[in-house]
Amino acid sequence: MNSVYRNVIGGREGAIGIAVLAALIFVIFPLVLDVFRLNLVGKYLSYAFVAIGLVMCWGYGGILSLGQGVFFGIGGYCMAMFLKLEASTLEATKIQSTPGIPDFMDWNQITELPWMWVPFKSFLFTVLAVPLIPALLAFIIGVAMFKRRVGDVYFAIVTQAIALILSVLIIGQQGLTGGVNGITDLKTLLGWDIRTDSARFTLYFVNAGLLFGCVLLGRFLLSSKLGKLLMAMRDKEERVRFSGYDVASFKVFVFCLAAMFSAIGGAMFTLQVGFMSPSFVGIVPSIEMIIYAAVGGRLSLLGAIYGTLLVNFGKSYFSETFPQLWLFLMGGLFIAVVMAFPNGLAGLYASYVRPRFFKSRAKADAALTSDAKVIA
Amino acid sequence: MTPPTSTAVGGTPIGAGKHPTEFALYIEDLTVKFGGFTAVDKLNLYVDRNELRVVIGPNGAGKTTLLDLICGRTKATSGSIRFKDIELTGMSEHRIVRAGVGRKFQTPSIYETLSVRENLEVSFPRGRSVFGAIAFRRTPDVIERVEQVAEEIFLSEMLDRSAELLSHGQKQWLEIGMLLMQEPELMMLDEPVAGMSMSEREKTAELLNRISRGRSVIVIEHDMEFVKHIAHKVTVLHQGKVLAEGPMDKVQADPRVVEVYLGH
Repeated sequence: MNSVYRNVIGGREGAIGIAVLAALIFVIFPLVLDVFRLNLVGKYLSYAFVAIGLVMCWGYGGILSLGQGVFFGIGGYCMAMFLKLEASTLEATKIQSTPGIPDFMDWNQITELPWMWVPFKSFLFTVLAVPLIPALLAFIIGVAMFKRRVGDVYFAIVTQAIALILSVLIIGQQGLTGGVNGITDLKTLLGWDIRTDSARFTLYFVNAGLLFGCVLLGRFLLSSKLGKLLMAMRDKEERVRFSGYDVASFKVFVFCLAAMFSAIGGAMFTLQVGFMSPSFVGIVPSIEMIIYAAVGGRLSLLGAIYGTLLVNFGKSYFSETFPQLWLFLMGGLFIAVVMAFPNGLAGLYASYVRPRFFKSRAKADAALTSDAKVIA
Repeated sequence: MTPPTSTAVGGTPIGAGKHPTEFALYIEDLTVKFGGFTAVDKLNLYVDRNELRVVIGPNGAGKTTLLDLICGRTKATSGSIRFKDIELTGMSEHRIVRAGVGRKFQTPSIYETLSVRENLEVSFPRGRSVFGAIAFRRTPDVIERVEQVAEEIFLSEMLDRSAELLSHGQKQWLEIGMLLMQEPELMMLDEPVAGMSMSEREKTAELLNRISRGRSVIVIEHDMEFVKHIAHKVTVLHQGKVLAEGPMDKVQADPRVVEVYLGH
């Protein structure tokens, strides 16, 4: 139990860090914000799944994926397919030429439910598909790339290409995917109306709970030897290989893990926002997600959540007030992070906040490098 | 199989009367070509257990390439590398390591973001699969081994420091320590004393003499004083071939060696 406290929670400081964020998300936001705003925060927090996945695979594993939107999107689409089928009852679609199939299929002259939609009638299948299909895709990409030692920039470009391909594919296959509009008009989950205020309130907490679950899983993995190896690989891949490790298998694992985290976020996004569209799959959202992790600090799981919230609050504020300026601000923010504070908010915390509140830890930091201070 | 015929200084072929398979490491007809350039050319090399072999030679002689070939970093064009009677050519790097071959790189290659203790721990040969690494625990035998190795490499006091903060010489030792953690039966060290002070060199020589017991060690080195200090036998490479082989004093007296290497 003691080792769980030390490793997973991160000792006293880690426990306080988790408690502060938990208080913010579970208590303060629900008390201060109305349901509309809370739902908005819930949407941001569903992006935070991608950001913590990026902390694992980019911050620690050194694998920069510019295509995390792919996994977010697939997770979201899996959930949306289930919800859409539930919404497309014979009763609700009786004016269609083929009743009982999703409306956009009918508009595209499809007369029968496509085979790949059929399993999504099952809730159990959907719940399993949300993390597993993206993980399988990540596994295939990972094995193909990492076993051949494709790394760094080349890998980033490949993932970006995949993001582009998938979004083009989704838009092109209108009858199968709802095209550029995505899958809309989702109503109920197992008969429970997800559009009501009370449902949105509940989903917010489910989402936040899952997010903390992922953070704790991430902390557990990082505190194990796997975490040390990931950092070791990032710095000296050859050395790890010549210590008898199959480097590729570790990269595949962490890439799959990040894909699963992203997919859970995607599914929760669909549930809270009520639709899924290709605009969350392509290159632009994928890169925005990198910015969330970078602003929060790519070595800090909690930092990534703060980063996601901050960038999104900024985005909705500035895009309402100065819509033309937003993209420039976002670009400027990214440059500022890279140039001025490479470890993001977590780095600022380690240099300015910690020395005041955690003297003993700050003292121990003296023997550590700048990267090692920010960890977890 | 014909007995090895490397040209030995002093008349008798190296390993005469010994069947090649009795050596810990035996390399025959090893060739590697990069484009049109032959970096290692039909090379034969035999290293015994408990032996510390130093490989010397001018720049570009193929010394580092030879180590790369043994540890699988470079794939051989032809020829054979057998270690404990296992064919290493064609095996992947991590499998060669697991077969008992350790390799130290020319520039110290350690994990700067981790502490000295973590550097050694990560090199402990257990939990090498993904899930093995997740389940790996710092058990008493790991702690004991880490402390034992730290003692050997003169870093007992530094265990909880970031490895980045070590001096250059200490980083070299740490990397040797990381190899020792794996308890390899063949250790290959590429210029282990580069950038070390005199006193560090002496300590390293002592360390190398100690660790060559019970295993084979191959060292690449330029510093002749240091080579004299540690070598059981010296192999001189020139243009990818073995030019001479034998005890240091005999090799040094060989006119061909003087001409291509020592004379400069």
